Amino acid sequence: MALPQAKQDVTEARIAALSLPEGGWAEPARREALARVRAMGLPNARDEYWKFTRPDTLVSAEAPAARVLETGEAPLFDSRDRLKLVFVDGVFSAEESDDLSLEGVTIDRLAEAKDIHWAKELYGTLEARGQEPVARPLAALNTAFATDGLLIHVTGKPSKPISLIYRHVSDSSDAILHHVIKVDAGAEATILENGPAAARFNKCMEVDLAAGARLHHVRAQGRDHERRAATHVFARLEKESVFKSFTLSVNGAMTRNEVVVEFTGDDGVAHVAGACMGDGDFHHDDTVFVTHDAVNCESRQVFKKVLRNGATGVFQGKILVKPDAQKTDGYQISQSLLLDEDSQFLAKPELEIYADDVACSHGSTSGAIDEDGLFYLRARGVPRGTAEDLLTIAFIAEAVQEVDDESLQEDLVERVAGWLARRRG
Amino acid sequence: MLEIKNLHVKLEEEDKQILKGVDLEVEAGKVHAIMGPNGSGKSTLSYVLSGRDGYEVTDGSATLLGEDLLDMDVEERAAAGLFLAFQYPVEIPGVGNMTFLRTAVNAQRKARGEEEMSSADFLKVIRARAKELKIDAEMLKRPVNVGFSGGEKKRNEILQMAMLEPKMCILDETDSGLDVDAMKLVADGVNALRDEGRGFLVITHYQRLLDHIKPDVVHIMANGRIIKTGGPELALEVEQNGYADIMSEVA
Repeated sequence: MALPQAKQDVTEARIAALSLPEGGWAEPARREALARVRAMGLPNARDEYWKFTRPDTLVSAEAPAARVLETGEAPLFDSRDRLKLVFVDGVFSAEESDDLSLEGVTIDRLAEAKDIHWAKELYGTLEARGQEPVARPLAALNTAFATDGLLIHVTGKPSKPISLIYRHVSDSSDAILHHVIKVDAGAEATILENGPAAARFNKCMEVDLAAGARLHHVRAQGRDHERRAATHVFARLEKESVFKSFTLSVNGAMTRNEVVVEFTGDDGVAHVAGACMGDGDFHHDDTVFVTHDAVNCESRQVFKKVLRNGATGVFQGKILVKPDAQKTDGYQISQSLLLDEDSQFLAKPELEIYADDVACSHGSTSGAIDEDGLFYLRARGVPRGTAEDLLTIAFIAEAVQEVDDESLQEDLVERVAGWLARRRG
Repeated sequence: MLEIKNLHVKLEEEDKQILKGVDLEVEAGKVHAIMGPNGSGKSTLSYVLSGRDGYEVTDGSATLLGEDLLDMDVEERAAAGLFLAFQYPVEIPGVGNMTFLRTAVNAQRKARGEEEMSSADFLKVIRARAKELKIDAEMLKRPVNVGFSGGEKKRNEILQMAMLEPKMCILDETDSGLDVDAMKLVADGVNALRDEGRGFLVITHYQRLLDHIKPDVVHIMANGRIIKTGGPELALEVEQNGYADIMSEVA
C-alpha cells in the first residue's frame, strides 16, 4: 500500500539528510532496514502509537538545536569501578574511554568491526522482529543509518559494569547509535548508560539472551533541558534468561523510550521499569510491548512519572500473551504524581491474551501528593518541602526497586533528591 | 504548659461549629484526660492544636509555653514541642520507618538551632527505645506503618514520641483497636516518658486506658465544651453511669 504523500515526503527528506554507511558486513542489514523505513514511512500524529506524542521534531531532516547544560556536578556512576566507554555527540572517543578489554566480554565498535562478525546474525534482526505488530520506523531508520555503536558479546561474568557514557557538547548534534548485545548461555553482565548524548539522539539497542543468561540494564538520561531522544530496546529472551531494565529520565524536551521484549524460551523473566521527573516544557513517553510466546515467563512493567509545571507524561504499555504461553505472569503499573494542575499524564495500558491459564494484572493512576501523609510527616516536625520530597521519592520507589543493586538505587535516588531540591530553591 | 482559652472552631467548608469555647490548662508534669461521647469534639481539639487543614478558629487562643500555637505551621508546632499520637497513624509506602524518624528528629533539632544527631548516636538511641516497646529491627526497616497491625502502629507512635522527646503530648484515642496486652505495652511506654517537664493530654472514650496511665485531672467534654472537671474518680463515674448522667446534671 502506498504511503500518503505527506508521509512519504517527510520520510524521504529525512533519508536525504543522511548517508548510509557502505561496505562491510552490516550493509545488507542496513539496506533491508532502509527498505523497511520506506515501506512504513516515518511516524506522524495520525499513527495509532503517536497520538499522545508529536513525532515532528524526531523525524525532521534537521535536528532542532539543544543547548548544552553545564551542571558542574559529577556525572552519575562516576565514582564506581566500571569499564568506561565514552561517546561524544554520538562518536566513540577511544581517548576518553578505557581499553576495550575486560574478562568475560568482547567489545567492538560498530564503525570498525571486522568483516565477519557474530553481530551479523543479530544486527537489525531483533529490530525487524519488533516491527510486528506495531511499526517502529525510527528504529529501522537507526539500523540503516547508525554511524557508531558497540557490539558487546558477553561470554562470562565480567567483574565490573560496562558503562556507556554519552556526552553532549554541540548544540546541533544529531546522533544515531546502534548497540548489539549478545549474552551467552549462563553469562551475566550489567550495562550502565548515562548522559544526554546529543541535541537529538536516536539510539537502538538489540539484546539477545541465550538460555540462563542475565542482563541488568540501568540507564539515566541526562539533564539537558532541550535535548530530544528516541530510543529503542529490543530484547529476546531464551529459556530461563533474565532481563532487567530501568531508566531514570530527568528533563529533556522530548523523550520517547520504547522497549520491546519477546519471550522465546520458557521460564524467562523480564522487568522493565522507569521513573521520570519532568518540569515545564517536558514530554516523556514510555512505550512498551511485551510478547509472551513461551510457557511460565514473568514480565513486569513499572513506570512512575513525576510531573510539574505543565509537563506531560505518556505511557503506552502492552502485554501480548500468545495461545501457547500458559502460566504467564504479567504485571503492569503506570502511575503519575502530578505536582500541580497544569501537568498531564496520558496512559494507554493494553492486555491481549490468547492463553487461558495466565495471571495478568494492570493498573494506571494519576494523583497529587497524599495530604494525610504530608500532614503526618509535618506533625513530626518535617518541613513541608522536605516532606513533599520524601513522599515524591517514595512514589518512585517501586520503580527504583526494580534495580537489583542497592548502591545503584541509592545513586539514582540521590539524583532525584537533587532534582527536587533544586526546584525548591 | 498548654493553655487553651475560649477556643471556638468551625469546619472550614461548612457552617458547622465543633468547638464552642474550650478552656483548658495542662501543667508541666501533669496528665490530663479528656473523655466524652462520640462527636463531642475531642479529636477536633487534637487536630486543631496540631494544625491540620480543614478547621477555622473563630475565637479564642491556644498557647504552648506562652507561644501562640495557632499562628504556627504544623512543623513549627512540632519543633516547639507539641506531639500528637494519631488515632489512625498514616501509612507511608516507600519511606522507611528509620529514615522517617531520623529526618524528623534532625529537622526538629535544626529548627531549634541544635546540632543534628549523628547516624551512630541515632541508631544507638532508637535501638534501645524500640526494644522497650518490643519493636524489632524488621519493623524499623519497613515503610512507615505499612503492613503494621493496629497494636504495632500505636507502639510506633509511642516510639516516635520517645525519640522526639516533646514537651506536650496529646494522645488521641491511643487505646482504640488495642487488646489488653498491647494497651499495657503502650501505657508502659507513655508512663516511662512521664516527667516533671512534660505535659500529657490523653483523649479517650473509655476508662480502661486510665487504669494504666493514671491521670491527675479528668475533663468531660460534650457538645464542643468541657462540661465537668475532676480527679481520677470522674473517669470511674463515667465507666459506671455513662455520659448521660453527667450531661443531664450539667444541663
